[in-house]
Amino acid sequence: MTTTEPTNDTVVDPNAVSVTINGKTVAARKGEMIIAAADRTDDFIPRFCYHPRMSPVGMCRQCLVEIDTPRGPAMVVSCMTPVAEGQVVRTATDDVKKAQEGVLELLLANHPLDCPVCDKGGECPLQDQAFSHGPGESRYVEEKRHYEKPIPISENVYLDRERCILCDRCTRFADEVAGDALISFTSRGNNTQVMTFPDEPFSSYFSGNTVQICPVGALTAKPYRFKARPWDLEQTESTCTTCSVGCRTVVQSSRDELVRYQGVDVDPVNWGWLCDRGRFNFESVNSPDRLTNPLVKQADGSHIATSWSMAIDTVARTLRTALASSPETVAIVGGARLTNEDAFAWAHLADALGIDQRDAQLADGLPPEVFALPQATIDEVAASSTIILLAPDLKEELPVLYLRIRHAASQCGTKLVELTSRPTGLTPNAWKSVVVEPGKFAQSLRTSALDNEIVERLAQGSVSIVVGRPNLAESADSVVHALAELMHLAPHAKVLPVLRRGNVRGAITAGLTPQQDAGDTAEIMARAANGGIEVLVLLGADPLADLPDADLARRAMAGARFVVAIDTFLTPSAAQAQVVLPAAAYAEKSGTTTNIEGRVSAVAQKITPRGTARPDWMIAVELAGALGVESGVHSLDDLHQKMIDHVPAFAVVGDAAQVAHDGVLIAHPHEVSLARVEFDAAERNSYNYRLVLHRVLYDSAVGTITSPSLKGLARESAVVVHPLDLARIGAATGDRVAVTSPHGSIVITVASDEAVLRGTAWMGFNLSGADPRELVDIDADVTDVKIEKV
Amino acid sequence: MTSYPHAPGFIAGDRPKVVTARFEYDDSYTLERYLATGGYEGLRTALGKPASTVHEEVRGATILGRGGAGFPAGTKWGLTPQGVWPRYLVVNGDESEPGTYKDRLLMERDPHQLIEGCLIACYAAGLSQCFLYIRGEMAVAQERVATALNEAYAAGYVGKNVCGSKFSVDIILHWGAGAYVVGEETALIESLEGNRGMPRLKPPFFPAANGLYGQPTIVNNVETLSNLPWLMEHGVEAYMAIGTATSPGTRMVAVSGHVRRPGVYEIVNGVTTFRDLIYGAEFCGGIRGDNTLKAFVPGGGSAPWFTPDQLDLPFEASQVGPAGSMLGSGAVMVMDHTTDIPAAALTLTNFYAHESCGKCTPCREGGTWLQRILTRVVSGEGTDADLEQMLEVGAMICPGSFPHASSERLGLAAVPFPYKMTTICFVGPSAYAPINSALTLFPEEFASRVTTRKTIPVTAVGVGS
Repeated sequence: MTTTEPTNDTVVDPNAVSVTINGKTVAARKGEMIIAAADRTDDFIPRFCYHPRMSPVGMCRQCLVEIDTPRGPAMVVSCMTPVAEGQVVRTATDDVKKAQEGVLELLLANHPLDCPVCDKGGECPLQDQAFSHGPGESRYVEEKRHYEKPIPISENVYLDRERCILCDRCTRFADEVAGDALISFTSRGNNTQVMTFPDEPFSSYFSGNTVQICPVGALTAKPYRFKARPWDLEQTESTCTTCSVGCRTVVQSSRDELVRYQGVDVDPVNWGWLCDRGRFNFESVNSPDRLTNPLVKQADGSHIATSWSMAIDTVARTLRTALASSPETVAIVGGARLTNEDAFAWAHLADALGIDQRDAQLADGLPPEVFALPQATIDEVAASSTIILLAPDLKEELPVLYLRIRHAASQCGTKLVELTSRPTGLTPNAWKSVVVEPGKFAQSLRTSALDNEIVERLAQGSVSIVVGRPNLAESADSVVHALAELMHLAPHAKVLPVLRRGNVRGAITAGLTPQQDAGDTAEIMARAANGGIEVLVLLGADPLADLPDADLARRAMAGARFVVAIDTFLTPSAAQAQVVLPAAAYAEKSGTTTNIEGRVSAVAQKITPRGTARPDWMIAVELAGALGVESGVHSLDDLHQKMIDHVPAFAVVGDAAQVAHDGVLIAHPHEVSLARVEFDAAERNSYNYRLVLHRVLYDSAVGTITSPSLKGLARESAVVVHPLDLARIGAATGDRVAVTSPHGSIVITVASDEAVLRGTAWMGFNLSGADPRELVDIDADVTDVKIEKV
Repeated sequence: MTSYPHAPGFIAGDRPKVVTARFEYDDSYTLERYLATGGYEGLRTALGKPASTVHEEVRGATILGRGGAGFPAGTKWGLTPQGVWPRYLVVNGDESEPGTYKDRLLMERDPHQLIEGCLIACYAAGLSQCFLYIRGEMAVAQERVATALNEAYAAGYVGKNVCGSKFSVDIILHWGAGAYVVGEETALIESLEGNRGMPRLKPPFFPAANGLYGQPTIVNNVETLSNLPWLMEHGVEAYMAIGTATSPGTRMVAVSGHVRRPGVYEIVNGVTTFRDLIYGAEFCGGIRGDNTLKAFVPGGGSAPWFTPDQLDLPFEASQVGPAGSMLGSGAVMVMDHTTDIPAAALTLTNFYAHESCGKCTPCREGGTWLQRILTRVVSGEGTDADLEQMLEVGAMICPGSFPHASSERLGLAAVPFPYKMTTICFVGPSAYAPINSALTLFPEEFASRVTTRKTIPVTAVGVGS
């Protein structure tokens, strides 16, 4: 045996620096600010304007510390002074304490000290730090600043300028993070104040975040104002399931009623941010319109409350009869509202009963082969050198994903290539915004719509493709074909499929997806319309409101002999069901959920379900019992374990601690590649406008319209065309026009927008007013319409 | 072209003239007169040498920045990182320090000299574009500089291939919108970018490395740049022959207040003393009406005050600093014995409290706090506790001992410049500087103004009467 030479292969990190903070050595990284390094020690440096997810401004001057410089000790703000090798920092010397006390006294000089009536009292950084780092007494005897208080700056946010300490957090957030610079400082000196622009409210989809990061009670949100005191709140960490981004939240309740959601900062997903829809739709859970008892339909079409045993018995009897004739006469639609465990319980029951027709997507998603491509996480998308957006406007559909991609494009040098028919929220941050006619994405890509610069860029470096459905009046095929073209240009690219509905990824993974070549929702609906479905189970699905083809939905609901709706509200589809079972809503049940990336994280129960509502899994287990299927599940833990054992993708979900915070990524299915297909979208015919049906954030979704604070934010539906087309139609903005497709006709208000391509007609999906889904034929590749003045 | 009468103020004399040589002509601002008096010769001389040589000459001449901080221009130019393009020259023409009006005259009376200075600076420091920021209120200066720039473009002195050389540069004019703080270089850059004029913290980013639009940026004062044509034309030796070795050349000083002849004078750096300036026959000619001098501000409204004790100090930073003040922006404000000292301090504090941009807490809140207390004291409603409180508030803005002049009368020793501060820029400390000077050097004027605060013995609280 030979003696091994001592190796010298320890890699020295060139960015590592070591600083001394109050005598303790702290490892830090170049470019990091002193305050960030100090946050890893026990020594707290007081601060107001500093926020780790925003660039520092050094505005409040509260975080003053002393460092040694060649010219002796100097007082610097720790939020803007980067660490340096060998730096000596003192955070609590007499001089530092005096300076910090001085700044606090100055901050409090004009602060109204109305803590007893302030919502922030009890969780207020100013209050807390006045106690921990303040002088204790004020010598300010002058008259304080007075402003009208509070003033609404948007539908949901109120501003109290007397309480404001001008830390620039809200204004910085609006400008730097959200890209909605609708609030700013006005006046100067002692009269400096945060203000909106004249006649322009702070109507940002992210306004609630400014309330959360406000270090005083200057910004308050209407849904929470005067609802509770912080010390009366109970809270639990959970995951938002409003859309599929999976933002981590804290769910807070008081007296068994939800009062507030706050964002939780997790690195891989939301960085502490939430969109207003996700933040304020807790009101929906508290809604008096919630279903509280099982309902059965009477001969006259109205519903009457019944007991759970009667309802389950009725469903079981009908199911047994239908299954006896053929399992093909039974179908399950929906599942995106469910937890993974709920979805698994239903999929498992369906397996046992031989029901293959099940689909969690409502013909508004993407085919399964997209999920079999190499998948990108949100972090991977943000870190890639090029991001291609073949997706709807993310600001409208998945707002927090928009924030992450915006950050990457605006601050990290990521190049964003956008394929779109109309400017989106990310257009200002796009490196290249390629305008493509609706319905012609694949075709244009094949005929090189991308310039050489883009093509060269796609061939090298890391590339992520964010893919979704920009147009619900167009078949998903055109998106898949366009994706195939992009994958041809960037074979190494990873894909992030964006599906809007909450846990659709988890429901699909758990098995709520067509089995054994059975049909998807579109086919199930067609069969139902033709009388081929005896029992249709709706798991939180509302085809009458959500299926892109309204006519098909109506015929299917009429054609299905027996409909069971499991839902939280009496939706239009539930209103037609023979049996309606009340389901426990978000925050009323525990489990796990899966986001767009396939990240499994915990959702947690905080309050008791309303009335007799039950979690969906419990309903599945009871129904299994009534049908004589042995499930062996007696608790959520049993079910969770069984899910991990049965679904290979969920096998990684064992680590409970991980699931409870950052989440765990499920194993990706085997990788496939997409075949390029010659795909020619039909040229427009005498129906001379191509219809684009796009989603907006505030639509008639049940969680939105049952939340009083959000309800008023949804717009009326309208058709938007180019101003020149408007002239051609001979109409003016606000006129009523008839929009006709080969499939149907509606009368709707018309508006114009120069950003819209000529020859295209844009309508929002699922808005109140005339319903553009009347125009869509689910089997057609595209929807062309004519528009006439009425 | 509209013709404006000369703005009053400049008084010539028999002294070396570096930047005011053309001021005696009525049409000094025209290209015709400029060319007839050797204009753009300095530029031609500079273009005939390698840029690095020109830079070395400027560095060698030790032209101290005339904006306020007195940082040598040649050294400043050398702080830009190598190989980062584009890089900019920003000319700070937002002269708004109380008492200061010398840059205005330079822009109104000799705009071509400034333009030529910009061109030489851009050539020497390798800057690709120049932004000339002129204070919003200076309408005449704006028009004169704009007209001159048009003339210079037309004559081929600015733009592509300057004077037929390979050197090209563009000068872009920008008017301010009326904020004192924009005279601070980082706030000026913010304003130029279209943002609110609020200073940026430096460190970490000094404009030389990360300035306008995130690019290396040199910010120079109007007077500093106006020195360059003469320097190029006459050479370093001639320049160094004027003044002293540590502060060569001349400088423009604007005098206001209780003197017989207020105005702008070009004095000799390091040689001319405050006594020369205030009492000299060729300068201000003494205090008005044979009154006696009480105090004077040696370097613009934000500088700590001097008293007759300091009259013999020359215009030399290395002597004025240890004496407890600064030369700042080249403005001397003279107060005679009739001056109400607390009211004079209040006038200055009012200005700085009003001009605070609102960014840093100590300046925003502290400035107004000082203003309110002093207002009360001046109106005779203050107490002795108020005087102490002003010093306490001052310590929140400027911790530690604040610089002030010595006083033989009071047996005070000087506290040297500079001060420490908890704010980003000097606006906050400037609101306190006049109060500190007034309170330290003239305590009796305050003592006679205030009443003694009645204090209630603690034991009496709650006992009732």
